Amino acid sequence: MTAEAVVFWALASLTVASAAVVVLSRTLIYSAFALLFTFFGVAGLYVMLGADFLAAVQLLVYVGGILVLLLFGVMLTHRIYDLELRNESGQLLQGAIVGTGLFLILALSALRSQWASAPRPPAPTTGAIGQLFMGHYLLPFEAASILLLVALVGAAMIVRRRRDA
Amino acid sequence: MIGLSHYLVVSAALFSLGVLGLLTRRNAVTVLMSIELMLNAANLNMVAFSRYAAGNLGGQIFAVFVIVVAAAEVAVALAIVLTLYRLRRTPNLDEADILKG
Repeated sequence: MTAEAVVFWALASLTVASAAVVVLSRTLIYSAFALLFTFFGVAGLYVMLGADFLAAVQLLVYVGGILVLLLFGVMLTHRIYDLELRNESGQLLQGAIVGTGLFLILALSALRSQWASAPRPPAPTTGAIGQLFMGHYLLPFEAASILLLVALVGAAMIVRRRRDA
Repeated sequence: MIGLSHYLVVSAALFSLGVLGLLTRRNAVTVLMSIELMLNAANLNMVAFSRYAAGNLGGQIFAVFVIVVAAAEVAVALAIVLTLYRLRRTPNLDEADILKG
């Protein structure tokens, strides 16, 4: 095995195993911390795919932002000091059937298809992505910034305690 | 030799685990985590295609937009979960049935 294959299989097994812990763990806080390792694994896979900027964004936004927000959600909706941090699940059989079937369909179609496999040589992407955002993708870029602003103001409005209610 | 299909299979596994969590978990925060898993799987697909098949950076640009939408989504969804918890004292999605006729 080449060094690339070793690193790939290590990152892939880390990602999938911790994702399984996220979904199957009985304890909510374990799910949240396993999600951290899933995000790290996906960031490592981005690095292997030559997407250096995206790996940095993944670490900054997902690990630094979304995961912290989810941990706040865990802490605020449970009394953290008692051991009743249970995470019930139901319809496990039907869910497992749907999940396994979906995985088989997706994996088989990915393996059976004939893909063009000529990878680009890895090159720094940050400058090129910045120029695309300021040029060809300027309108979606501005729309995304307005979406973020509206979503954050809306989130603050929703959680606000109303005086009159 | 690691090729495009390897990344697609990893992404399929991530996405299916997300679907499994979405279907089976009762806790609203865990359902949000499952949605994040599925978004990550889609992102991994797009970055892999951008490297191997497309030959340009379009997939990575789309992945950045997906990350933006994920951040907005998780902020609004957590606000809704907190409001629900304040109203019903439960994060359990099955008990949020006030609108049921």
